[in-house]
Order: sequence, then structure tokens, then C-alpha cells
Amino acid sequence: MRKQPALQLHVPEPPGRPGGKTDFSYLKTSPAGAIARPPTDVLGANTMETAANLVRVLDDQHQAVGPWAPKLNPKQLRQGLRAMLRTRVFDARMLMAQRQRKLSFYMQCLGEEAMACGQALALQDGDMHFAYYRQQGLLLSRDDVPMWEMMCQLMSNERDPIKGRQLPVLYSYRDAGFFSVSANLATQTIQAVGWAMASAIKGDTRIATTWIGDGSTAENDFHAALTFAHVYRAPIIINVVNNQWAISTFQSIAGGESTTFAQRGVGYGIASLRVDGNDLLAVYAASRWAAERARCNHGPTVIEWISYRASAHSTSDDPSKYRPADDWDHFPLGDPIARLKQHLIQLGEWSDERHETLKKELEEEVLAAQRKAESYGSLLDGRLPSAATIFEDVYETMPPHLHAQRQQMGI
Amino acid sequence: MGTAPETQAGTPAKTTSMSMIQALNSALDVMMARDENVVTFGEDVGYFGGVFRVTAGLQEKYGKTRCFDTPISELGIVGIGLGMGAYGLRPVAEIQFADYVYPAFDQIASEAARLRFRSAGQFWAPITIRMPSGGGIYGGQTHSQSPEALFTHISGIRTVMPSNPYDAKGLLIASIENNDPVIFLEPKRLYNGPFDGHHDRPVVPWSRHELSQVPEGHYTVPLESAAIFRPGNAVTVLTYGTMVWVAECAARETGVDAEVIDLRSIWPLDLDTIVSSVQKTGHCVIVHEATRTSGFGAELAALVQEHCFYHLEAPIERVTGWDTPYPHAQEWAYFPGPARVGAALTRVLEA
Repeated sequence: MRKQPALQLHVPEPPGRPGGKTDFSYLKTSPAGAIARPPTDVLGANTMETAANLVRVLDDQHQAVGPWAPKLNPKQLRQGLRAMLRTRVFDARMLMAQRQRKLSFYMQCLGEEAMACGQALALQDGDMHFAYYRQQGLLLSRDDVPMWEMMCQLMSNERDPIKGRQLPVLYSYRDAGFFSVSANLATQTIQAVGWAMASAIKGDTRIATTWIGDGSTAENDFHAALTFAHVYRAPIIINVVNNQWAISTFQSIAGGESTTFAQRGVGYGIASLRVDGNDLLAVYAASRWAAERARCNHGPTVIEWISYRASAHSTSDDPSKYRPADDWDHFPLGDPIARLKQHLIQLGEWSDERHETLKKELEEEVLAAQRKAESYGSLLDGRLPSAATIFEDVYETMPPHLHAQRQQMGI
Repeated sequence: MGTAPETQAGTPAKTTSMSMIQALNSALDVMMARDENVVTFGEDVGYFGGVFRVTAGLQEKYGKTRCFDTPISELGIVGIGLGMGAYGLRPVAEIQFADYVYPAFDQIASEAARLRFRSAGQFWAPITIRMPSGGGIYGGQTHSQSPEALFTHISGIRTVMPSNPYDAKGLLIASIENNDPVIFLEPKRLYNGPFDGHHDRPVVPWSRHELSQVPEGHYTVPLESAAIFRPGNAVTVLTYGTMVWVAECAARETGVDAEVIDLRSIWPLDLDTIVSSVQKTGHCVIVHEATRTSGFGAELAALVQEHCFYHLEAPIERVTGWDTPYPHAQEWAYFPGPARVGAALTRVLEA
């Protein structure tokens, strides 16, 4: 009898650790323009090509090519660039404010700006976004969400619209279609499906989106979301941001090795795309495609966005402990802001000088917003919403036991 | 406050004898007719009408987008309900057995319960989560549990349990109309008739009981309001669900002049009714079917101690399920029947 080998447990490893250089050959890409654009009523089972490969628009020479290249005019492109840059400048400033102890905590989206800012361009007012904590670009793309008020949330000060009840970055903006962010991961995905189902039950025209990271796709809520979304053909876009890292855990530990997250969508019967998430044009094009499916009752779409978390997970994290420090410099899909900037320059619609002017203008906007927010207090000066307010909004009307406890608190 | 049954001018509301199942079905029917935003869903809830038939006929009457089957995923059922509630619907979700609610626990405890708080009132989840609970039907450890205490420990949700058809309909309507998440526990042993714990005697149908006379239209039984199920002066029994009937039987059989209080709303509750009764009787026995340790009886005992200590003439007694999983073959050894409740009533008066 032939000797059988000893069984070996496979524990995936990332393609690079501190002191080494990441081998990005694991990241399967396709040439820009190479992947066909299916009709929006395509069956989920027939989207294996778009789920297993990579939909790209901007090529390495910054040209928009192929069937997914969207019809965005230069003004719209500059609007997208501005939103991304605004988000980056905002993040940088808030990171500094956290270092100065004005906020307890912060999370940047450095390198991931194109996804939220690109999708924001593709959707309509009234749609509801069930995001997680790294989609501040959805809010910063809008002109009806005051930047200073977002900062008040970050500072948990007197004018924090959610009264100091949530960690910084867990925003809630109902009027801007931004659902209250929860930090226990993936819970928002199935809720978004429910919201989308409700919109369909009522014969409405609004659609839902949800966002989840590669790591938390392992949560049961995500699988329930895919199942229910497919069963009821819910009008929803399910965005999976594959930024390669969940804190220190590489995406292979979430099940990304030798497969794609988009292919999971196909397994559930959902039309699925795997898209260059660092190209605002590709983001816009894929989002428009998915939104059209949803609005025409063709059902949900899963979009896996390929990106890279260029920053630390949060201000409590030090990525130099678990991955090479210069990874982002080598990431094959680059920096979304630099890429769109080059594209616009090639179109003759932008220049280095205009870029610098815009950056300065945004830095001034952020600084002015910060001054205004700080005038309402910050963690440093203790000007917080009153402690007595913690008894409010637990129930719609305060039951007697909470009245009694508020009295006991003595405020 | 509760609202009276709707009447034609000058005439009393028309009542019909209903089982608890029929009363719950009527509550859903009334609410789905009144409010297009009321939808109901769960496993086997649609075409079939639910394994206990609570949603029978609703899909046929209101269409399959308002009453429908779901995949077997409790977290999914509650999760979509939360999203629908945030949209503006009033979802009524069925969990087929309370024993199956645990996969949905995060969506209830961390999400539905705190959505209004964490968003400072921007979003809320007016979801009612119905689930049959309790034993007495040979359901074994996966079809018999009473998990109410777990829900009362969570800030931001309401926990309700009726003991008869009239209250079941009125409380379910009040729960659906309430803008907080409500856990609505249905004592399944009471679905088809009152049950005093004498499992060896023939089943009594609801039709022989006056509490089965249920108005056909809309009315509510207010939340946070207990009922004095049986007035008395010697000892206060705090209980809810099936045990209301067991306690009433124990009082009758022992001859103890017990005041049986049916909490109806377990949390938040009607503390005033409890306190005034215990201050009157000076004795308190707490009865529930759920396991004893950290059960809701512990909270009730603490409240009575805090508010009635100087009126108490004897230690508070708890009669509960044992701290074991709910057994199958030994069900009646587990169930806190009238003999155990009666012994406690006698004991507190002898103390």
C-alpha cells in the first residue's frame, strides 16, 4: 500500500511582511478595456467573466479605454477629482487633530477615495447608503453636509449631531441618505437589503447601497444579505471593498486566496463585477451599471473593488508591525487621485498649477471648518453634550425607570 | 394608554370567541388593513400561514409583497426588518420558535435596540418580533425555551408576553403601533386554550373562557400596564404568560387569597401595580417558566426589595424552571406546575 502523506493545515500568509517586499503578482489584473460590458439585465450566473477578472477603464497611460469607459464630461471629472482631494485633505487634517488629542480616534480612507466619491457621482438623492466607517467620501462629495458639523461629530462636542454617542467617524446623516454607521461590522448589509426590499414593496424608485470590507465578508450577515438580495431581487448595490487588509489580517484569511470576492456573488446567483477601485472612471461606470440594474428591477449587483488601504487601519493601529512600509508605492493600481489628475491633464482639462491651487483652496476650507467646529468645543476642553442626554432616544418616550435613573445621576 | 374597541356609534364593539392564534391573526389582519406599511414575514409565514397558523390567510388577502416566506435565517429576518423599519414600514417578523432567535441576537441587541440612540433619533426600527415561547408541548430543549430575561437586559427594546386572546390581540396591535423594537413572546401552550399546569387533564379550549371574547376590530392593550388577573389580599404573585393560569390554579387549589398580577409587558413594566399590591399583601411569590438564575424573577425580586422592603413580612419566593436545559421526556418534572407554586404560596404565609 502506498504511504499516505501526513495532512497539513494551510494557514494563508500575506505576500509580504515587514523588512521584505510585497509580491503583488497574486493580484490578478486584466488589461484596461479587456473585459466586456454585459447588458444590465444579465443573469448572475452569466457574470463569471466580470467577477473573475478585472474591469478597468484608465490604462497605464491614463487613457480611458474599452466598453466600460463612461461618458463623463470634464466638469464631472473635475468634480470627482475635487471630492477625492477634499476627502484626502480632510483626512490628513483630522489625523493631525487626533494626534493633538482633539479627537479620541480617527480612520482615514487614504488611497480609497475613488470608490465612495465615484459612486456618489453615479447615484441619486433619495438613495440610501449603508456604509461602514471608511466611506466618508460619500459625505464629503456632497455640498449639503456641512464639513464643520462632521468635525463636531469627530470631536464629540456640543454641536455633535449625534450627541457624543458614537465613536468618531460613525456618522449618521439621514437627509443625505447616509445610514447610521455601526462598528460591529457587516450588520448594515442585511439591513440595506431590507431597506431596498421596502422600497420595492412600496413601488418607490429609490435604491439602496451597502459597503463592506473584504475582512468582514466572513460574517454571517453578509451571507444573509446575499441570499435575501438574490431571493427578492432587491434593488441594491453590494460594494465589497477589497483593500487587502483587515487591521493586520490579509484578505486571504477572509477567503480571498485563489478566488475573488466577486465570484461569491455569482455563487448566490447575483450579477457580480470585480473592478479597479482606484480608478474613478471605472467606479462610476460600474456603479451606473449596477444602479441601472437595480432601478430596472433586474436585481442586486455585487461589486468587488480592488484597492489598497494605504493608511493604518485607524489611529490605534501601526501597520509597520505586519506589512512592508512601502507597499502602497508598489501597488499595481496606484493612487486614484494621481491617476485621475493625469487623465485630466492629458485631456487638456487640468494642470499641476490648477491642482495645487485646488489643494490650497481645500486646505483653507478644511482649516476654516475646523476653526468653526473647535469653537463648539473638543475633547480637550470638555464641552460635550450633557450627560443627562444619554437617557434620551433609548426609547421613543422615556420610560419611568430611565426618568428615575436620570434623577439618580443628579444632572 | 390603551384604546377602546372601535364601535359603530352607540353600539358596543362586536366580539367573537377566538383562540390566541385567531386573536393574533386578527391583530395582524386589522393592522394590515389599516396601515399599508405593515408587512409580515418569516419562515413558512406566507402561503402556508405559519407553522402555528398565526399568519393564515394574510398572503391571500394582502398579497405576497406584504406577507411572505423568508429564507431560514433569523439574522436575515430581523436584519431586513430593521432596514424596512428604517425605510418607514412597520415590519412584523416571525421567529418560528423563540429557541431559534439566537442567530439574530446581534441584530436585535446591537442594532435594533440602539439605532435610535446611536443616530440621536434620525433612524429607528419600529419592528415587532413575534416568537412562540415556553414549553408544555413536548418540544424538548429546542422548542420550549423562555428567553425573555435576555431581552430585558438590553436597553432600547420592549419585551411583551400575553396570557390570553384578548390581551394578545390588544398587545400585538399596541406593539405594532409602537415605534420601539418589541419582542413579542407568545406562550405557545396557551395558543389553543388556557393551561393551568395539570397536563394530565383534558385540554380546555379558549371558547369556554370569557377572555376569548375578542373585539373584531381595532383596540389596544397599553404597553407598560400590568393586569390584576385575580384579586387577593394575602400574597402577591408576579407572573406572566402561561404561569398566570398556573398561579391562579395554585391559589384556587390551596385556598390562599393570592393576588395574581399578569405583567403583560415584562420590560419596561408597570411598577406601580406591583408595588401597591405587595405593599397591600406583604408577601410576594414570583413565578416564571424560564430557568431560575439571572431569570427575570431576580430583577422582580430586586425591585420588590427596593420598593417594598418595609412592607414585606416574609422572604420573597421564586418558583421557576430548574437551571437545566428544557428536557423532552421529563418535561413535567421541569415545568413549575400548580403543586410547586401552591407549596410556595403556603410557605410564604407560614414564614
